[in-house]
Formats: sequence, C-alpha cells, structure tokens
Amino acid sequence: MSSKTKSKLEITAIYLILAIVSVIIFYPLLWTIGMSLNQGTSLYSSSIIPDNFSLEHYKWLFSPQSDYLLWYKNSLIVAFANAIGSVVLTAFVAYAFSRFKFVGRKNGLYIFLLLQMFPVMMAMVALYIFLNMIGLLDSLTGLILIYLGGQIPFNAWLVKGYFDTIPKELDEAAKIDGAGPIRIFWSVLLPLAKPILAVVALFNFMAPLFDFLLPSIVISSEENYTLALGLYNFINDQFANNFTRFAAGSVLIAVPIATIYLFLQRYLISGLASGGTKG
Amino acid sequence: MTTPKKQSKKNYHKHNPKTATILSILFAGLGQLYNRRFLKGSIFIFIEGAFLLAFLDALNYGLWGLRTLGTIPGTDHSIRLLVLGVLSLIVSVIAITLYVFNVLDARKQAKKIKKGWVPLSFKQVLKELYDYSFPYIITFPGLFLMIFVVIFPLLFSLLLAFTNYDLYHSPPRNLVDWVGLDNFKSLFTVPIWQETFLSVFVWTIVWTVVATTLQIALGFFLAVLVNDERVRFKKLIRTILILPWAVPAFVTILVFAAMFNDDFGAINRDIIVPLFGGDGISWLSDPFYSRIAIIMIQTWLGFPFIFALFTGILQSISKDWYEAADMDGASRIQKFKSITFPHVMFATAPLLIMQYASNFNNFNVIYLFNEGGPAVRGQNAGGTDILISWVYKLTFDTNNYSMAAVISIIMGLIVSGFAFYQFRKTRSFKEEGEI
Repeated sequence: MSSKTKSKLEITAIYLILAIVSVIIFYPLLWTIGMSLNQGTSLYSSSIIPDNFSLEHYKWLFSPQSDYLLWYKNSLIVAFANAIGSVVLTAFVAYAFSRFKFVGRKNGLYIFLLLQMFPVMMAMVALYIFLNMIGLLDSLTGLILIYLGGQIPFNAWLVKGYFDTIPKELDEAAKIDGAGPIRIFWSVLLPLAKPILAVVALFNFMAPLFDFLLPSIVISSEENYTLALGLYNFINDQFANNFTRFAAGSVLIAVPIATIYLFLQRYLISGLASGGTKG
Repeated sequence: MTTPKKQSKKNYHKHNPKTATILSILFAGLGQLYNRRFLKGSIFIFIEGAFLLAFLDALNYGLWGLRTLGTIPGTDHSIRLLVLGVLSLIVSVIAITLYVFNVLDARKQAKKIKKGWVPLSFKQVLKELYDYSFPYIITFPGLFLMIFVVIFPLLFSLLLAFTNYDLYHSPPRNLVDWVGLDNFKSLFTVPIWQETFLSVFVWTIVWTVVATTLQIALGFFLAVLVNDERVRFKKLIRTILILPWAVPAFVTILVFAAMFNDDFGAINRDIIVPLFGGDGISWLSDPFYSRIAIIMIQTWLGFPFIFALFTGILQSISKDWYEAADMDGASRIQKFKSITFPHVMFATAPLLIMQYASNFNNFNVIYLFNEGGPAVRGQNAGGTDILISWVYKLTFDTNNYSMAAVISIIMGLIVSGFAFYQFRKTRSFKEEGEI
C-alpha cells in the first residue's frame, strides 16, 4: 500500500469518527428541540420530527400563567451579580497572593487548594441554618453571597497563577514612576490579566445558571426560583406530562448560553491554559 | 532633625524589650505606646477595647453552648448554640492571632529601638502602615466571605459528626448531645450502615475512575485527531465538539433521563428495540444499566472541556520537537509517546486532578438522572448513589444529619488527601510558594 492511499484511508477514518461523534452530540440536542415543537404534553406521543408542528409551549411560557420570565430574570440577576462580584473579590485576593509578602501567605495557598476539594454538600446544613438565622433564607441575596464566597479558593488560585506570569519588572517600573499599589494593580496588572478575568467572569456567570443543588436548598418560594429549579419542577411534578414544556423552556435558555460560550471559547481556552496550567 | 536624634541616642540603651513585651501582654497596644508608636498602639488598644466590650459576653455564651449544647429541652436550641459556638470559636482564633501578633510586634520594635533605631515621622509611619497592611486590606473582603461560606460550614459539619443530631434528637423539642466517636463506630459495625457504606463507596470509586478516565481519553483522542494537519474545517469541527459543554448540564441530564426512560424513552424506542428487538433495556430500574447509562452521559458531558483544554496545549507544542524527531526517524507512535503525551499531561496535571475530584463530588448527574435510584434491598442508598448524593438523601430525606456529616468528613479526607498528594508532586505547585 503506497503512503498516499494509506494517508487517504487515515483521513477518511478520521472524518468518519468525527461524523459519528457529531451525530452523538447532536442527537439529544435536536431531540430536545423536536420535543419542544410537538403538540400536546405527552412524551409518549411526541417524536423528534413532530407530526403536528406547533409553538404552543413557547407561547405558554410567555403567557401570564407562567413564571418563566420571572425565573429568567432571577437567574440573570444572580448570574450578573456573581460574575461582577467574583471578579472584584478574586482579583484583589490574587493580587495580594501574587505580589505581596504577608503572614499566612504560603499556608493560605495550601488551605485554598484543600478547601476547594471538600464537597459543597458538607456545607449545606450549616449554610441553611446560618442563612435562616440571619434571615437570608429563600432570598437571591443569600444565594449570591454563598456563590461569591464559595468560588474564591478556586478562582483566586487560577488568577494568581496568571498574575505570576506577568513580569514583576513592570510593577517595579511603575513603582519608580511613583505609582502606589492600587495604581499598579489598576493600570498595570488588570489590563494584562483581562483574559483570565474574562474566564472568571464567564465561569461565575454560568455557574448559577447551571446549578441545581444550591438553589434547591436555599430557595423555597416559587417567585424566587432560578431557571434550573423552575424547569426541574416542570417535569418533577408529573414527569411525562410536562416534558414538552420543559423542552421549550430549556431551548430558550440553552441557545443563548451556548451562543455566548461558543463565541468566547477562544478566550476560555487560552485563559485556562495559561492560568491553571504552568508548563 | 538633630535634636531628636541626639535625644534618642541618649535614651535608647535604656529601652527595654521586656517592658514592652509585658506591657503588650497586659493590654494590647501598651507596648507599642511604650515604643512611642502612638498610631499603632492606639489602633491595638481600640481593637482590644472594642473586643472586650462587644464580644466577651457573646463569646462566653457561645463557648458555653459549644461545650454543653444546651441544658433545658424546649428552651435551649442545640443547633443554634452550635452555630454560635462555632462562630465564637472563629472570632476567638482571630482575636488570639491578633493578640500574639501584637506582643511579638511590640517586642521586635523595642529590640530595634534598643539597637538605636530612630522612629519615623508621622507621615512616614502612615505610609509604612499603609504599605504594610495593604495586602491584608485587599484580601479582607474575600476572606471575610470565605470564613462564613466555606470555613464556618466546614467546622460546623465537622462538629456535627460527633453529635446525635437526627430526626429523633432535633431541636427545639429535644436536645442534641455530644456522642464522641459513636457515629463512626456504627458506620463500620451496624450491618445496614456497613453494607450501604461499602457498596456506595466502591461504586463511587469506580464511577470516579471510569467516568473521568473515559472523558479524558475521549477528549484527548479527539483533540489529537482534529489537530492532524490534514483535517480541514477545523474551526467548525471544534465548535461542534465543544457544544455539549456549552449547553447547561442540568438541561442535558434531564433530557437524557427522559431519553433513557425504560418505557417511552427515545433510546429504547428508536435504537435498542428496532436494532436488537426485545423490550429494550431497563436503564432506570436495573442498577447495572443505570450505572452504564450514567457513565455514558458523564462522558458526553465531560469530554468537551478536556478536548478544548488539550487543543490549546497541542497548538502550543513547538513544531521543532516533531521535526527533530522526524530527523531521528521516529515513528508516529514514538512521537506521540515521547512528545505529545508528556507535554499535554505535564501541563494540565492539576486541572486533570481537579476533574477526578469534581466527578467524585458530581451530584448533578447522579441526582438529576434518576435521583440515585433504583432502590436496592438491604441498604439505605440507591443503586447509583455515590457518597455525595447519599449524603444529600441522609440530610434532606431522612434528616440523619450526624451520619451525613460523618460521611462528608470521610469524603473530604479522601479527596483532599489524594489531591494534596498529587499536587505536591506536580511542579506547578511547588513553585507556588515562592514570590
């Protein structure tokens, strides 16, 4: 077999594998979209290519009977607050850990790494009782505060790794020009660290949108539901009956999120590769 | 400028570090005043004063609660007392740290003065104080939140494991008591706990290793394939392969749960029954098939992240390496084994370890797929329950809080021990310590 035909065979095999993987990726996604366009609410009588195409579920979601828009709003509030808050908090912590000597610095790093290994579940009972005591149970504020505090160990570590790759000579030069620590942070480090800060912002924007566990513990009243909770309840009440409605609601959240993700994937990968991995 | 220098020259030999130390032990800040560091001294005095005034009673009550967990059923709320107790403990530790710091600082300063060190002007002092405390100031907000959201709950759960807090001992009607190591003992000696723990534990390990390794292997394999220079439309292919990562996981898991439904799910109806005949596979009601399904789902969910990460690394490997290998007549497998594989693994080791840790704690997939089911005879966890979903059930379904805490502790120790060991071995972590 000549090397040319061998190469041709190889490349065909590669494309074949990629085609199979693509089918496996698209099947459940297209199936969900197909479901959402079926008439009626039964999973049994629905199929991926609807016999009787209809937009009734989408219309229902926007009708006044449904709280869908409210959940959407709640999710976005939590997501934005978490994204902005986490960038501010972690950038400061990472700055301190990357550039200053202070008591507890080295041990702090070890502790950060250890802490993020412990399951969130361990904290749940305590957080529930604590939020109850300070009156933040069943509120978006309580949810946001927990997200903000919980993300610090991992993200501070990630951002610190990135700050470490920025040469210290830049700080020194700015210092000689008379810049204080805040100024160095603001006009030297932050602009250079944009990629990793974008990653942190994006991760922390997405995390609350994806999360089910924490809201299911903290939030109890329907008007405070986030999307994950609300959609879960669509199918948890009577599983098969509301599946098509769940599918419609899912499409409306998955499409915008996936679009953002795919647009930003370049930054995500480069940020992750340089912050979390130091080769 | 000459007069103060002369003065201090005359006096500095008399300055006594011992006096400074004793003064600062008596009341924080006095030693600093003796050292003529008035600003620092007054800050310390203010802090200790405020502390004594505001917290002493609360601390006393908190620590009493922590010791006894209340004495009068119906009046004393044991769990509230435990929360207050833990908080008092944290405040005490912070206070003691500050106090020790104050003593050491006074002593160090006094020694310096004795050696002829001249106090700075007020402006310089301010600047020095600002520079010195800057890292503490900027870490404070984050640290403060972390104490309440991460450290406090961890301590609380840790303590809960040594109590008998469950459905029958729950405030406000009953008191909770300290029971020492009883919970740990019963986990390993009472048959139902012993059996459940063993089977859940084994499955958790299998799940973690198999699911994570599969998703890493698939991601790696696809990254290498797409990175082949003969493959065209790379951008499009990469976008498609990242898609499962981009869709919210809770949506896809719930969709998969419906697709795997025994009776009317698409997998049985459209694939298994037409191809193989029969009644289809009982994905949700047979533990074995549930486990297979869950591992497949997690692989689907998890490989894009690895794929994206490895693609970035593969692109960063210099072409020179491969050219040099070509010169030496290396085969493709050799090149993969000695260039690609070590490069990728070395660069991403910490993130890969984290993947294992996150699957160990992957509550979403297990719970949203079929709530850890199906039920298994002779044990109080379901067939696909991993430790974390079992803890969830113990906490929120059967209210067996103390047992849930015991299992959480065991989990935490396993993951952190393993991860810590691995992290220390990777170079990237060793470098963290140096500035």
